[in-house]
Amino acid sequence: MNLRRTMLFIPGNNPGMLQNGGVFGADSVILDLEDAVAPQEKDAARFLVAQALKTVDYGNSEKVVRINPLDTFGAEDIQMIVPCQPDVLLVPKVESVQDIEKVTHLVAQAETAGQQPVQLIALLETSQGIALAYQIAQTKGRLVALALGAEDYTAGLGATRTKEGREIFTARSLVINAAAAAGIQSLDTPFTDANDEAGLYQDTLTGKELGFKGKLAINPRQIDVIHGVFNPTLATIEWAEEVVQAIRKAESEGSGVASLHGKMVDAPIVARAEHILKLARRLGVEVMQ
Amino acid sequence: MMVAADNEEEVRKVGQAGTLESNDVMITVAPGEAGSGVFIDLTSIVKDQYGDAIRRTLLDVVAEQGSRDIYITVADRGALDCTIRARLLTALTRAGAVGKKGVV
Repeated sequence: MNLRRTMLFIPGNNPGMLQNGGVFGADSVILDLEDAVAPQEKDAARFLVAQALKTVDYGNSEKVVRINPLDTFGAEDIQMIVPCQPDVLLVPKVESVQDIEKVTHLVAQAETAGQQPVQLIALLETSQGIALAYQIAQTKGRLVALALGAEDYTAGLGATRTKEGREIFTARSLVINAAAAAGIQSLDTPFTDANDEAGLYQDTLTGKELGFKGKLAINPRQIDVIHGVFNPTLATIEWAEEVVQAIRKAESEGSGVASLHGKMVDAPIVARAEHILKLARRLGVEVMQ
Repeated sequence: MMVAADNEEEVRKVGQAGTLESNDVMITVAPGEAGSGVFIDLTSIVKDQYGDAIRRTLLDVVAEQGSRDIYITVADRGALDCTIRARLLTALTRAGAVGKKGVV
């Protein structure tokens, strides 16, 4: 499963930002054809993103394109963008299994022979989408993650959007649970005040503690803060190594349960420790095998 | 003015795309007289260094799309090759001149 701690939005009709998108170190870049592009410039952005996918080096960042909904320009986006080999399409305003199935069908039609299959992430940003998160997450085939879009969602609810995010607690939990049940990733809504670093840190931490695996970002300045929250700390890595050593010792003695600093170590604790070590290895930290 | 618009790839009307922001290019295409060929009016902040390369890119795209008689005005602000291609394809599409050749 790809690391998606940060997914950075880049406006699809801005050549300067498109050509520099790879330098910020985000795990994914989202070349945006939807909200960042005025309706009369949709065709221009589509050509620009298509050309950027073919020629710009995005380094280690996964290439994601946010298409328009199918009831506007989505089908045209898919037809031109998919042959240019994006890694993932971010599908906005997903409200049903059928929405993903329709996109899947169009993507399959647009793919060229021998091309790497294009994956999908469903952006849930309406009350209907959140209510059906579990069914949507179960869509087989190309879906690799659910993402929450809280601005549209709270506008639809008539809720007040706050920095603390009480109004999206339920939506966050539903998205995380639905994704976990389907064995795919869950990605948190962006923090929209690019100048509030402390607020971003707190919002990211809240999402991570609830279970999100990454967060959408609207400004390159947000990347380091978000990575700082999702990266395991040295103390956590050391704890994880101790857990794995303790359970291995117990297993060699014929037991499935160990004790570490007076606390029980059983299967869920070991799974969490192994996940932390796996993440640390992915980030280039030398940890025990 | 006689305009060669009988074939699907020819420019039928004026089409414009792009902006004058840094890293972008504004391209306007207009129908040329039949038999006039491709005429390029280029201004660029990097004309001395990249003028020839920009012209080559423009001519490549026009040839790929099959347009023959066309007047292209280009105001370049340091756009990469991929941006020049994208803006010209958009302008041609808006001028009704991207036919069956495919667009990317």
